[in-house]
This record gives sequence, structure tokens and C-alpha cells, in this order.
Amino acid sequence: MATLEIRDLHVSVDAEGGPREILRGVDLTVKQGETHAIMGPNGSGKSTLAYSLAGHPKYTVTSGSVLLDGENVLEMTVDERARAGVFLAMQYPVEVPGVSVSNFLRTAATAVRGEAPKLRTWVKEVKEAMAALQMDPAFAERNVNEGFSGGEKKRHEILQLELLKPKIAILDETDSGLDVDALRIVSEGINRVRSTGEVGTLLVTHYTRILRYIQPDYVHVFAGGRIVESGGAELADKLENEGYEAYVKGGASE
Amino acid sequence: MADVQNTSGATTAGSIEVGTTGAGAQLAGPGTGRATVQQPIDARVAVKPSFDVNDFPVPHGREEDWRFTPMHRLGGLHDGTAASTAARGGEGTDKVELALPDGVTAETVGRDDARLGKAGTPVDRVAAQAFSAFEQALVVTVPAETVLTEPVKIDVHAEGGVRFAHVVIDVKPFAEAVVVLNHTGTGTRAANVELLVGDGAKLTFVSVQDWERDAVHVAQQSALVGRDASLKSVIVTFGGDLVRIHPRVRYAGPGGEAELYGLYFADAGQHLEHRLIIDHDTPHCRSNVVYKGALQGQDAHAVWVGDVLIRAAAEGTDTYEHNRNLVLTDGARVDSIPNLEIETGEIVGAGHASATGRFDDEQLFYLQARGIPADEARRLVVRGFFAELVQQIGVAEIQDHLMEKIEAELEANVG
Ligand SMILES: Nc1ncnc2c1ncn2[C@@H]1O[C@H](COP(=O)(O)OP(=O)(O)OP(=O)(O)O)[C@@H](O)[C@H]1O
Ligand SMILES: [Mg+2]
Repeated sequence: MATLEIRDLHVSVDAEGGPREILRGVDLTVKQGETHAIMGPNGSGKSTLAYSLAGHPKYTVTSGSVLLDGENVLEMTVDERARAGVFLAMQYPVEVPGVSVSNFLRTAATAVRGEAPKLRTWVKEVKEAMAALQMDPAFAERNVNEGFSGGEKKRHEILQLELLKPKIAILDETDSGLDVDALRIVSEGINRVRSTGEVGTLLVTHYTRILRYIQPDYVHVFAGGRIVESGGAELADKLENEGYEAYVKGGASE
Repeated sequence: MADVQNTSGATTAGSIEVGTTGAGAQLAGPGTGRATVQQPIDARVAVKPSFDVNDFPVPHGREEDWRFTPMHRLGGLHDGTAASTAARGGEGTDKVELALPDGVTAETVGRDDARLGKAGTPVDRVAAQAFSAFEQALVVTVPAETVLTEPVKIDVHAEGGVRFAHVVIDVKPFAEAVVVLNHTGTGTRAANVELLVGDGAKLTFVSVQDWERDAVHVAQQSALVGRDASLKSVIVTFGGDLVRIHPRVRYAGPGGEAELYGLYFADAGQHLEHRLIIDHDTPHCRSNVVYKGALQGQDAHAVWVGDVLIRAAAEGTDTYEHNRNLVLTDGARVDSIPNLEIETGEIVGAGHASATGRFDDEQLFYLQARGIPADEARRLVVRGFFAELVQQIGVAEIQDHLMEKIEAELEANVG
């Protein structure tokens, strides 16, 4: 069973006056089949955690470890992590001019699966996945994320999640910028992937509304660059009612 | 990639200079302290054209039009020391192959043929040298109202030596044609190409510079766009040691339309220069320019100068020009200079933009985060960068061929 183990992770970014520590000792274990919600106020470091796990060059890991089934993720390049089964659905997906969605998806699937998918089954697979997410087939011929609305970008991220079938899915604010219908469609997509029982999900969010569609097994409160409280789904209800105030004031800080 | 943009529908004259030295990614323009006032386009258009090489002084490299060109690598095309080797029966006989669809004629004519010089007269010493020294000109004619379904192909394979050439493409009124001028091989060459696009005619002209690494090629390509006619010019430069192409567009009547596309890939040590002038002196004409280049390797040098002049008489003009450069490695240099001069306020629109940048790290990260290895991700990005432009050509066969060439460049150079 695939397991992602994050131990005492410290991460800095280059800021104006020198390196600035954002993550200050994150501990978390995510197992295949589990869903962990990470909730926290703006600026608490949620995206930093997500990007650091994916290997974005902007972030420097200063100490700690990240293991996927015992393998050192931090030593892997960005693409190696993805091929090892780590998937990051981004808060702000990037536009890639001149690269069509269909070409992009096929290139990615070929890389992750280790061989080019058979054309006939592949076309069908993509079509069905797009239909399930209520994406117009015309998107396949558009350039990656170019001119996509916020909601369309998020659907496109979940489309990739469905096609690439990772072991660990990190979903950074996939709910933000979605209207109610889109939130439901995207959540259903995530649930389809979860229901296979083959993915461990790290659901990063600021708001509780997505948790009405996606039941987490664990909820972690993130503040000041670390997890300050963990609990079950009931913790989300508490956050819904009380907000983050208690954690921001009393929580880990400077 | 950052953009310098200057879009204006008013009467302001604008001129910005974008110079990128070494590391690339550097931009200049309004507000960056690098804006320069140059010799006005007006003055450059006013250069007295002439067929006689002796009417032009030998340029030394400090002149506005020559300041980016490494004169010592011109092989003497500019100072009279290059003499046609073909005349001596020596090396350097071009192999020219023509593919002429039904109805299209090709003739070789002498300097006194009345059709020469109608689209444009040489405006610099090298072009005048070419006119003074060529032996026979090639005139390709597409008769009126003939709509071709196959492209006209002119394959020039140069076999060393010095060559001077003159080609006239005469597309008669209401004809439609695609003409591909393809250059391979090597040698030192100066040429004039004239494009006559008759009233209501449509010409797609593709000039491919697929030279071997040591070729020198300087060409003036003059177009005269007729009333309600449209020209699509596609200039593709991959090979050569020094290539300098000078497309010029004038309009013979209102309603004319010119789309100028260019694509270049400069490797270590190559100097690839494209400088164009669009002279809007006729009302209600349009022009749209998009040139894109990639550079990689030490001393790869790309120069792009886009001069657009909207004269007082050219009311209702609509023009936009855009140059983008992707600098793939250290040591490459880009000089990108859009110039727009507007002498009337009664226009539809006028604008220009220039951007020179490195790989976008966020794009590469996104692709890699989907398992795509770094080298493949870079190739995808460069391929995409060019594909956007290639898609505009509208001739599938040419698009496929160009994408194959780009693919080959990527395989060889981007890893
Ligand atoms: N280059 C940088 N220089 C200085 N501080 C930075 C830099 N990059 C990020 N930060 C800071 O790191 C902190 C964490 O940012 P991060 O994006 O991880 O927060 P987040 O929890 O995802 O917030 P949100 O809910 O708004 O998405 C923020 O305070 C941010 O300003
Ligand atoms: Mg965030």
C-alpha cells in the first residue's frame, strides 16, 4: 500500500532580505485510500507544502524528509516525482501556448505510464473522462489552459488526475473559483478517483464547502507553516463555525 | 515572458528599441531608459532607390541600416569584391528546379525586361549589386483569374561560389497562388525578389532559408499589393552563417492586405537578420506582422527591425507588428526594434510589441509535474512557440514541412 510520509519538513523561499522560512516542521502521513483535508488561513503555507512536495524550484527544503513507499522524494526531479505517483493539481494552472490539450495529455500519459497508450483506447478514455467532467470536446484542440476560465482550468486539472491515476494526489484549492455546479462536477471527479481506493488524497482548502461533497477521513488545521491540530471530519465543522482566529492568534508564529 | 507593448490609435509617433545582450530576458522600451530616437523611417523610405550599384556608397557598418550586420562576414557582397563565379564558368552554378502547376509560366529574361523593378527598386548597395550583376532574371507568371490548387515551387540549390539572382513573381488580377522559394546548399548570394500581387489577387509567398551552415544570403523582397489584393509572406530562416532578408511592402490601391510572418532559429555563431518596411501610403490598407525566433548557443544573433510608416494619405490604415524571441541558452543576442511612424490620426489602429525572454519556468514546471522529462518539456514549449505561428500559414503541406524542420532543429539542439 502506497504511503507518503512527511517528517519535520522545513521549507524556505528566497525573499528580499534573504531566505524566509515558510514551513516550520510539517509532519503528516498519507496512505493510499485515505483523504486528508488540510485547512488553513491565507498565507499559512498550504501551497508551499503542495509545491514543495511536487518539487517546485522556488522552494528550498532546509530540513526534514519526504518518503513515498520508503523512497526519498526530495532527491527526485519534478518529473521523477510525477512518474513515481505524486500528482499536484495546481491552485493556478499554467498556460502553455501552442501546446494542445490532447498533445499534452498524451505526452504526460506516455511519460507516467512508461509507454504510449494505445491510440484507440486512449481517445475513448479521454473522451469519456472529459464527458464526465462536462468539458466540451473542443477543449482537446485548444492550447493548454490558454484562455480557460478559472473553473475550466480546475476541470482540466481533475481531468489529468483521472487520466494519470497517481498514488498520491495533492489538490491545492481545487474548489476555489468554482460555482456550485462546477464544484459538484469537480468533486464527483475527485470522488471517482478516490473510490478506486488506490489514491491517497491531500485536499488543500481554505473553505469547508468542498467537504460537503468530499468526506475527509482526517482534517488538519494548518497555521504558521505547520499542522497545529488534527482530527476527524468533525474538526471541519468546528472551523466552519469558529473560523481560524484561534489558531492565527495563539498558533505558531514568528 | 514580459511584453513591451505600445498600442495607439492616435497620431503619436513611436519608436522603441529592445536590445538583449548576453543573458537575454532583458527588455527595454518605454520607461526602461533604453528608448532611443532613431533615424526616422521616413528618411529610410526616402533613400533614393537605384538599379546602379555605383549610386550607393560602400557601407561600413556604422550606418543605421547596417549597424547590426557583421560586414566582414558578407563575403564582399557590399564592397564590389564579390564577383559572380558563374560568369567564369567556375563553381557555383545554382541547380534550380521548378514545379509549375498548369497555366503558370516561367521565363528567363534580361535586365531590360519591363517587368523588372515594378514591385521595387534596390534600396541598398547589396541589392543594387545584385541587380547590376545578375545574368538572367526568372519571371514566374500566374495568369489572371487562375486559382491554383498546387503550390508553385522554386527550389534553389546553390553549390558554392558567388551568385546574384533576380526573381519576379507576377500574380495577375484575381489569381490565387502559393509560391514556395526554397534555398538549400551553400554559397554567397545577393538577390532581389519582386512580388507583384494584382488587383483582387491572393499570393502566399514562402521563402525558406534552409542553407548549410556557411552560406551568406542577402535579399531584398519587394512586394506591391494591388487594390483589394492580399499578400501573405512567410519567411523561414534556419541555416546560413549570415542571412539578411529585407521584405518591403507597398500598396498599389486601397483595400490591400499584407500579412508578414517570419520564423527563425539561430544556432551558435549564426547571424540571422530580418528587417522589414511596410509603407502605408494608400488609404484603407491593412498589415499584420508576426515574427518569432528561437536562439541557442554562443554568439547566436538575431536581428529584427520592423518599420511601419503610415503616411498622411493612408487614412483607415490598420496595422500591428509583433516580434517574439525565445532565448534558450546564455551567449545569444537579440536586437528587436519595432518602429511605428504615424502621420495621420485617421486610422483604424496601429500597434507594435516586442518581447524577448527565456523559458518560462512555470511552464516547464507544469509540464514536468505531469511526468514529462525536462528536455522533452523544453521541446514541447519551443514547438508550441513556433506552432502558434505555423498554424497561421494556412497551407497544410508547408505547415507539416516546417514543423518537421523545427522538429529536427529541436532534436539536434534543445535537450
Ligand atoms: N518569494 C517570496 N518571498 C516572501 N514571501 C513569500 C514568497 N513566496 C511566498 N511567500 C509567503 O509564504 C507564505 C505562504 O504562502 P502560501 O502560498 O504557501 O500560502 P497559502 O496557505 O497557500 O495561502 P492561500 O490560502 O492564499 O493560497 C505567504 O505569507 C507568502 O507571502
Ligand atoms: Mg495557496
